[in-house]
Amino acid sequence: MSGVTFQWDRGLLVGNLGGMNIVVLIKQVPDTWSERRLADSDHTLDRASADVVLDEINERAVEEALKIKEAGGGEVTVVTMGPARATEAIRKALSMGADSAVHLTDEGLHGSCAVQTATALAKVIGTVGAVDLIIAGNEATDGTMGAIPAMVADVLGLPELTHARKVTVEAGTVTVERETDDGVTVLQADLPAVVSVNEKINEPRYPSFKGIMAAKKKPVRTLSLVDAGLAGSDVGLAAATSTVIESAPRPPRSAGQVVTDDGDGAAQLVEYLIAQKLI
Amino acid sequence: MAEILVLVEHSGGEVKKITSELLTAAARLGEPAAVVVGTPGTAGKLSDRLAAYGAAKVYVAESDQVNQFLTEPSVGVLAELVGSVQPAAVLIAASPDGKEIAGKLAVRTGSGLLSDAVDLAEDGTATHSVFGGSYLAKSKATTPVAVITIRAGAIEPVCSPGAAVEQSIEVPVVRAGTAAKIVERRSVEGGDRPELTEASVVVSGGRGVGSADNFAIVEKLADSLGAAVGASRAAVDSGFYPHQFQVGQTGKTVAPQLYVALGISGAIQHRAGMQTSKTIIAVNKDPEAPIFEIADFGVVGDLFTIAPQLTEAVAKRKG
Ligand SMILES: Cc1cc2nc3c(=O)[nH]c(=O)nc-3n(C[C@H](O)[C@H](O)[C@H](O)COP(=O)(O)OP(=O)(O)OC[C@H]3O[C@@H](n4cnc5c(N)ncnc54)[C@H](O)[C@@H]3O)c2cc1C
Ligand SMILES: Nc1ncnc2c1ncn2[C@@H]1O[C@H](COP(=O)(O)O)[C@@H](O)[C@H]1O
Repeated sequence: MSGVTFQWDRGLLVGNLGGMNIVVLIKQVPDTWSERRLADSDHTLDRASADVVLDEINERAVEEALKIKEAGGGEVTVVTMGPARATEAIRKALSMGADSAVHLTDEGLHGSCAVQTATALAKVIGTVGAVDLIIAGNEATDGTMGAIPAMVADVLGLPELTHARKVTVEAGTVTVERETDDGVTVLQADLPAVVSVNEKINEPRYPSFKGIMAAKKKPVRTLSLVDAGLAGSDVGLAAATSTVIESAPRPPRSAGQVVTDDGDGAAQLVEYLIAQKLI
Repeated sequence: MAEILVLVEHSGGEVKKITSELLTAAARLGEPAAVVVGTPGTAGKLSDRLAAYGAAKVYVAESDQVNQFLTEPSVGVLAELVGSVQPAAVLIAASPDGKEIAGKLAVRTGSGLLSDAVDLAEDGTATHSVFGGSYLAKSKATTPVAVITIRAGAIEPVCSPGAAVEQSIEVPVVRAGTAAKIVERRSVEGGDRPELTEASVVVSGGRGVGSADNFAIVEKLADSLGAAVGASRAAVDSGFYPHQFQVGQTGKTVAPQLYVALGISGAIQHRAGMQTSKTIIAVNKDPEAPIFEIADFGVVGDLFTIAPQLTEAVAKRKG
């Protein structure tokens, strides 16, 4: 049976005594089910008017971190940069089972560009200590940049393994199956590293009642810019490397013709397509 | 005139369509300069196409290392070029790799990043279609160099001959530990259908299609129309069709001339990926399905009846 024991123990060989120290980057976003708006005044995301949720892809990122922790021990810290309200997203992650949170929140962050966001997140990650693995979503549903994980990795000088549909951590190495249009690419790097997950990675657990109660007592460290070692000129709209100068809602599409098929539905559709010169 | 760098997307010795779109956009801002990052011998096969779409210069960065790492060689080459030629902008495809390369390049050069532009004006203002096409926003970089990713299919490529003068440059050696190694590549066979984000017609199936086998009905209609096949997330989650064909908020964004939705309810997250299509056709047996709110022509009916009839009619018209 020694082989089995070896399999079991393999996870524990990874980090130091405490197992893996994992940071998960989470973001609170307007619910995709609600109407999403840009503010008229400065064209930034109107976070106040929308229902906000922990982005679904970040639930999957948290889930993956918890799985790795459950296999080999360790510590899961969620990190977010966002308004005070983002505590709700933090609570969700903690009730799923993350151990603690760091929340960078400051008026001065408003209107930060992607480069500033990556720089700031890297600073906050730096306050967590020696981190083995950083897990993020592949793309946020609000900004759909699909770039922050790679950018954070670049600021930290770490390898990034993005769009993972499968993550394996073994003996100080992380291997992922990266899935894009080009197919599947297997990537490998030594820890520490940054991983981003796609929506095929797992099904996130629902917080249990016990989890929700426990989350209330878990430590949440709130950092201001100064606390994180950032200057006012490092972040915010005034110093952003890019700005939105104009925005307007598109006129909504209106419904066209709807016919009920009584035997000639397809024929009517064909007529329409011919009239529109589509076939 | 300032140079505008264009990162060339290529595979199997061919230039991808998005590259001609990027070159066309680049010509609006300045002098297009194509950047080819590949294994030795790559650029030679590409230069005719690059010349045809207006590349004044072609920077050739070839090395065997390019195959070992995903984005790092391109980022390294572009960062060097940003330093040495001081372009006004760097244009990159808004693909998963392109977005990553652009983000890292923006960090490394302290440049403004404009993501997923659907249009680009002469003064460098980018237009973005946000929240699944429900908003249009314009943005600009405040830095000397702008790094801009451009959505496939958004810009009409224009043939306009360029000199395509080649200049070789080094691929910086990737520093150990800073990039993940490629251990294995399992590419998907492209098949005969057009690429989803490039196709002028897309036929998508949803949960209503019922099974993976039944997706043959969707494929047959797609093939008669020369279309790409798409799927809703519910269809993907049910295992009817592979993930890379998902259309929507967390899948592909498409804007074809014609989008046909079969057995798709039209949830807001699905619409986010297709509502800017020119013409939308929906077939759904539920008259209350929200997809009808945005369809130009809808048929309340059974897709298993309508789709085969349509396939046949289209085939007949083709003769
Ligand atoms: C964060 C997030 C991201 C998401 N991203 C995406 C995304 O990228 N893409 C996406 O599609 N969804 C996405 N969704 C899921 C979305 O909310 C819907 O669940 C999904 O689009 C439903 O797919 P569907 O229309 O195929 O299934 P259903 O909603 O179940 O609709 C099936 C339809 O088929 C019809 N039907 C059944 N049988 C027949 C028949 N024989 N003939 C004709 N019609 C028939 C039914 O009337 C019904 O309207 C996302 C959700 C969230 C929360
Ligand atoms: N403000 C933020 N705070 C924490 N994590 C973030 C933030 N913005 C982006 N991320 C992470 O980066 C991922 C991809 O986001 P993006 O590149 O913006 O599409 C998200 O799923 C998060 O994991």
